Amino acid sequence: MIDLRNWLRRGWTELANPIDGPLLAIALAIMAVGISTIHSATYDGVERGASQGLHLLFALTLMWVIARVPPQKMMRFAVPLYILGVILLVGVFLFGVKVNGARRWLPLGFTRIQPSEVMKIAMPLMLAWYFHKFEGALRLRHYLGAALLLFLPFALIAKQPDLGTAILVGAAGFYVIFLAGLPWKVIIGLIAAGASAAPFLWNLMHDYQRKRILTLIDPTTDPLGAGYHIIQATIAIGSGGPTGKGYLNGTQTHLEFIPERHTDFIFAVFSEEWGLIGNVALLILYTLLIGRGLMIASAAPTLFSRLLAGAITLGFFTYAFINMGMVSGILPVVGVPLPFMSYGGTALVTLFVGLGVLMSIHTHRMLVQK
Amino acid sequence: MADFHNPDGDLERFRLRVGIAGLAVLIAFCILFGRFVYLQIVQHEYYRTRAEDNRIALLPIVPNRGVITDRNGIVLARNYSAFTLEITPSRVAVLDQTIDGLAEIIEIQSKDRKRFKRLLDEAKNFESIPIRTRLSDEEVARFAAHRYRFPGVEVKARLFRQYPLGTVASHALGYMGRVTDRDLEWIGERGQEANYKGTDHVGKTGLEQHYEFELHGETGYEQVEIDAGGRAIRSLRRTPPVSGNNLALTLDAKLQEMAEKAFGDRKGSLVAIEPATGGVLALVSSPTFDPNLFVDGITPENWKDLNDDPKKPMVNRAINGAYPPGSTFKPFMALAALEAGKRTPAQVINDPGFFTFGNHTFRDDKKGGHGAVDMYKSIVHSCDTYYYMLANDLGIDGIARFMGSIGLGQRTGVDLGKDDSGESKGVLPSPEWKRQRFKRPEQQKWYAGETISIGIGQGYNAYTPIQLAQATATVANNGVMFRPHLVSHITDARTGARRPIEPQPIRTLDWKPQNIETIKRALVGVNKEGTGARAFAGASYEAAGKTGTAQVFSLKGAQYREGGVKKELRDHALFIAFAPVENPRIALAILVENGGFGAQSAAPIARMVFDYYLLGKVPAGAAGEDAAAVENDNDEE
Repeated sequence: MIDLRNWLRRGWTELANPIDGPLLAIALAIMAVGISTIHSATYDGVERGASQGLHLLFALTLMWVIARVPPQKMMRFAVPLYILGVILLVGVFLFGVKVNGARRWLPLGFTRIQPSEVMKIAMPLMLAWYFHKFEGALRLRHYLGAALLLFLPFALIAKQPDLGTAILVGAAGFYVIFLAGLPWKVIIGLIAAGASAAPFLWNLMHDYQRKRILTLIDPTTDPLGAGYHIIQATIAIGSGGPTGKGYLNGTQTHLEFIPERHTDFIFAVFSEEWGLIGNVALLILYTLLIGRGLMIASAAPTLFSRLLAGAITLGFFTYAFINMGMVSGILPVVGVPLPFMSYGGTALVTLFVGLGVLMSIHTHRMLVQK
Repeated sequence: MADFHNPDGDLERFRLRVGIAGLAVLIAFCILFGRFVYLQIVQHEYYRTRAEDNRIALLPIVPNRGVITDRNGIVLARNYSAFTLEITPSRVAVLDQTIDGLAEIIEIQSKDRKRFKRLLDEAKNFESIPIRTRLSDEEVARFAAHRYRFPGVEVKARLFRQYPLGTVASHALGYMGRVTDRDLEWIGERGQEANYKGTDHVGKTGLEQHYEFELHGETGYEQVEIDAGGRAIRSLRRTPPVSGNNLALTLDAKLQEMAEKAFGDRKGSLVAIEPATGGVLALVSSPTFDPNLFVDGITPENWKDLNDDPKKPMVNRAINGAYPPGSTFKPFMALAALEAGKRTPAQVINDPGFFTFGNHTFRDDKKGGHGAVDMYKSIVHSCDTYYYMLANDLGIDGIARFMGSIGLGQRTGVDLGKDDSGESKGVLPSPEWKRQRFKRPEQQKWYAGETISIGIGQGYNAYTPIQLAQATATVANNGVMFRPHLVSHITDARTGARRPIEPQPIRTLDWKPQNIETIKRALVGVNKEGTGARAFAGASYEAAGKTGTAQVFSLKGAQYREGGVKKELRDHALFIAFAPVENPRIALAILVENGGFGAQSAAPIARMVFDYYLLGKVPAGAAGEDAAAVENDNDEE
């Protein structure tokens, strides 16, 4: 008996040691909201809540595995993973499968993968490694190098076209550069340059992307076409009111007025049923998640782990902000899921890998200093 | 490499950056919060309404249209429910593709496509338009299995009008058609827009149009929850429709059918009226049409056939055909003379076979004339000269006043069509009428010579068969004149209460009984020893009648010879009659276009109708032209 209890205690320690309690608790709280919302969005069709639960189990396992990998070991993966990612993206560019007009998938015989997803982790990992390497000897040209490392995958993903993922990958890279100390002069210069390049970018955009921006400005111009998603999602949110229509009672949801109910537009479903109170609660959960992540980043011992932790955390923010912004009609519709809420195994795995990295950084912080 | 580096400074700088990022996160979330407050608090009412509008649709439930039956309860118009396959064009991307796709699972003929195109041209937005009607159960099931492939296409159960007797009484019943903008205007004038929300067919002519708002009923509503695809999910509230009121007619369907058959393929009209009430017993306009063709949208071919037919089956000759009354005018002239004191029954005139007025000679049909003619003989033998003189003596104003008093040249107000716009007035000639009718001053003047031919029912005279029938019924009814009407009572669908249409006496003409008696005797004489004698030979009841022939074109004094004139140019045959004389139960006017002499083609129809109505005798077939009557009597009309 004593042996068994001892064994159990050791097992629990082994299991719990790599885990950051607060981070996991917050993520699981959002997941709970997410799965119940997925259930509400899909129960009168193909029920998806349970399979999202399975995704979660798999993602948690992967998180635990990653959390046990010390940051120093991760550094070794930075360059190969990045190079692999770029090669896969080039592969997509050359041999990718077209789905709905976009070339995002790479067929691997038995299955097909979406390499842009890999880049969400590989990008900050690579740049964190890069700045760590040049720590203390940073010159402007190093920033330029970093910008190049950022631009190549960004361009490849944007070209697919997958503007949503490109923005997420680009943002993750930018956060590393920003946290590494990109001079304010350069930041302001970039903003100015970006503003002046906007018309040029406009010309580069695909028609459907332009249309999304135009319909954002005035969704009523195309109420049955591109504006439909935005209009119906805003109606769902607005009709939710202060306290919502109640769980499983959203009319916009259950009468199928909201498109992509369990994926990109899940926030509209949640917001219709839980109202402003629910929204605020969700915002608080995300704030806590990001706050905990930034705390981990600040407490991290090495530049590499700091930058990585900061970029991953701010990545979560980017997901959440862009998604809620687009669903509530203040940002154009780009394909960005709501983190820990939207249905989808791939995105969930990436998110929990990110959590795993954060936990690894946190639990290994003492080891480095010794 | 880190030897000369200050790690604490780096950490400080990093933490500053993290702080800035954290601040940015908070600001961004505050923006979202602001947006949520705007949508969910400030604009909540608006979006709540939008969501309700999304969710709830008011579906009108079209009521059962009232049933029309004849005086004996025979159903003339009813409804049946059938499945139609309908397309909402606004929800379909490429119509032709959709129709081609549908054609693969359900038979769609080219006539269906053509009708669809025609309806599409007339349709307003968001309307669903039938591509196929009367789907079989199997077709409904087959479509249901493929429904997902056809957004914007639905199977609907609809009520259709049905006329079980087909062409019988179609001109009285009228037909139904899809609601047009003009119909909407009419519906709007009656304040019925809301009640017609789900209605797509209205009465276009006849009783269907006149009693539209009785027959229609009250539209019910169902509040349903609909999903984004527009499908009804569940019913929230239901207000049932109230069926339209039923019409019971004065019309006798068997009599009507028999009279229509009597016309065969000849053009013409018959209006039979119950003198004591004005109730219309039969209203024939030949040829007829099948109102069932219009029920689910007439095909372009059928429509073309009906419109291009030289016999003009769509024209309701009973109320829209205006014809010179010919000699049927004479008894009314005679009565006018008696009432005005211009003639006595016994007063004899000499007929040399012509009447000279100014430098113009008006000829009598009988060469050499009828000799000494009193009033009785003038009617029985249809003496023209007698009436040339009489017209001159009465004067145009006297004629117009009397003929106006018996309803000639005026709308009778029969309950057919919309208001009274469906009925023609005809022409009651008078100096006043000429002034209004013509533009140039020399045309506007009334010439005394024009009065002469008015006296024998020619000239400008033009009356509808229903006017002649009404005038005949008025004489039969001793001067009490009723508005002709087809509906005897309306049955309220809700309460079952019967609402009788009271006979409406228009006026009572204060004729002297002995004058009426004189005319009636003379009319009886027509059927005993005059032009109607052959047609009424052996009748067990006493029938009054008068034949007439209306010139289609002027022969300028030349002898009319039937064989030498093309059928379309042959004269119109007329006959007015009522029976039994002592207590008239039926009065009628018959017109056979290009029928030649009234005695020859119109009077036999009257005999058949009377025999059937008064004695219940069913005739063998169509009333043939009585060739023998021509040989005997052609000199007397």
